[in-house]
Amino acid sequence: MLGPIALTILLALTTTVALLLIGTPLAWWLANTRSRLKPIIEAVTALPLVLPPTVLGFYLLVFLSPTSPIGSFWVSLTGTTLTFSFLGLLIASILYSLPFTVQPLQATFESIGKAPLEAAASLRASPIDAFFSVAVPLSARGFLTASVLTFAHTVGEFGVVLMVGGNIPGKTQVISIAVYEHVETLQYSQAHLLSAGLLVFSFVVLLIAYGSNRRYSVRVA
Amino acid sequence: MSPKLLHVEFKRALDEFELDVNQTFALAGITAIFGPSGSGKSSLLRVISGFEKAVGRVVFDGDVWLDTEQRIDVPPHIRPVGFMFQTPQLFTHLDVEQNLKYAADRAPENATSVTLSDVVSAFDLQDFGSRNVSSLSGGERQRVALARTLLSRPKLLLLDEPLSALDAERKGEIMPYLEQMTNTFGVPALFVTHSVDEVIRLADQMIIMRQGTVKESGKTSDLLERFDISGLTDPFDGSVVVEAHVIHQDRHYHLTHLTIDGQKVSVPSTHPVKSGTVLRLRIRARDVALARERPALSSVQNVLSGTLSELQSDTNSAYADALIDLGTVRLRSKVTRKSVDDLKLKKGDSVFALIKSVSLEV
Repeated sequence: MLGPIALTILLALTTTVALLLIGTPLAWWLANTRSRLKPIIEAVTALPLVLPPTVLGFYLLVFLSPTSPIGSFWVSLTGTTLTFSFLGLLIASILYSLPFTVQPLQATFESIGKAPLEAAASLRASPIDAFFSVAVPLSARGFLTASVLTFAHTVGEFGVVLMVGGNIPGKTQVISIAVYEHVETLQYSQAHLLSAGLLVFSFVVLLIAYGSNRRYSVRVA
Repeated sequence: MSPKLLHVEFKRALDEFELDVNQTFALAGITAIFGPSGSGKSSLLRVISGFEKAVGRVVFDGDVWLDTEQRIDVPPHIRPVGFMFQTPQLFTHLDVEQNLKYAADRAPENATSVTLSDVVSAFDLQDFGSRNVSSLSGGERQRVALARTLLSRPKLLLLDEPLSALDAERKGEIMPYLEQMTNTFGVPALFVTHSVDEVIRLADQMIIMRQGTVKESGKTSDLLERFDISGLTDPFDGSVVVEAHVIHQDRHYHLTHLTIDGQKVSVPSTHPVKSGTVLRLRIRARDVALARERPALSSVQNVLSGTLSELQSDTNSAYADALIDLGTVRLRSKVTRKSVDDLKLKKGDSVFALIKSVSLEV
């Protein structure tokens, strides 16, 4: 059984890794496509920025609940529900933090431009080779920003988590919800401990990110 | 080096006109693609390289790179093309040696393999190895980029104004390396430029583009001498390049005395040269005046006698173009139509060409 701190870190880490895997190709596509679908996909990606977390949480609850097709399929497959489980939290976090991965990456990919990739192609690098050997290293700063923002944003989420995961200690009770519960039950000293810890942690993470950005500064000759 | 045939046939809409090329080029050494900005020169290179899509055919040395009808469109990284951009496009996350190795590691195996040590000595990069590319000067970066391009062992070099971002001095540094690329390594090059100086210096053959079409192609010296290109090449409105033999240098007046077709000319000395050296002189049509008789007293020192072999008046302008045959060499002259009438000039007349200024080609 994991305490709220360990659970939060685990959730934020898995969300960040999953979003880098999903968000990188999506951001790459958005940065390079001339498709008419681009603005639609961009708008959908940015939705979690403007929607109240409760709205997102409500729809996730509807789609993941055991009475929905997806939820009932999952129950028949594993015998467990998606809602009020760690996996449900992970799915919710991925959707909720999507723009924090995709937008910095898309901006970085757009700022690199076509030229270094054409140079790589003229040196016989296939598009995938060029992506990993040129685009990714030149985007190091963007990847760092995207990872830090995604991680920090996942640590800080509350509404979606509460809607989809509830408040089950050891399973879905992350720090923000534990703080909420401590306050509700007037356990202010525990609330202080967790809140101050989260505050310091968030500040340090952002400080490292902004500080190291200078060393990662990338220019194209 | 036997010429390699490049067949290019495509149409493509640009902003203001259509790029419409249907031509077979015999490429050996450096071939300049010359024309004013926005005439479609760079787009032509980008279609050949595959960076830009087009409908048509591109065949190099028997290999089909693009054939829309047969649904062949070889992706850029498979086409054996080395592309030089206006800026060096070195990878900033790699040092100089890693940039070179990037190309070497991906180069195909073939008989005439260029190796890392070949280019390091050819481009004088011995001390560059672990240097950060951002610490290099513009000229040095372009040198590394040239070396890197050669290391990818291309069969055809496409050079898209690689000198345009450099100042005159840096250009002078790079040009010998460009010449070496095609001479030493035997790779033919298409060289996009809007600088006639670069054409004269580097290219044996040239292609003149205007408004998306190829207007002329052929030997550089022939094309620069012809009349009908003067309107196409507005940046320099006509000039010829002639070879001259150095007789001696006059230290007192800082003049170099030379002969063109046995007739004496003198030009301001720029650097010490030995007697017998052959220099290339560029003489612009607008710097050549014509006279019936050798002027007795004139500040113009260079007066050459010849025969008026061509005379074309442009009734839409004040000017007429003339060619003056000196024997083996021909000069171009741009004079007003009024002076043609006043002097009663006609084809076949003996005339004196007064050369107001001459520029030395290095």
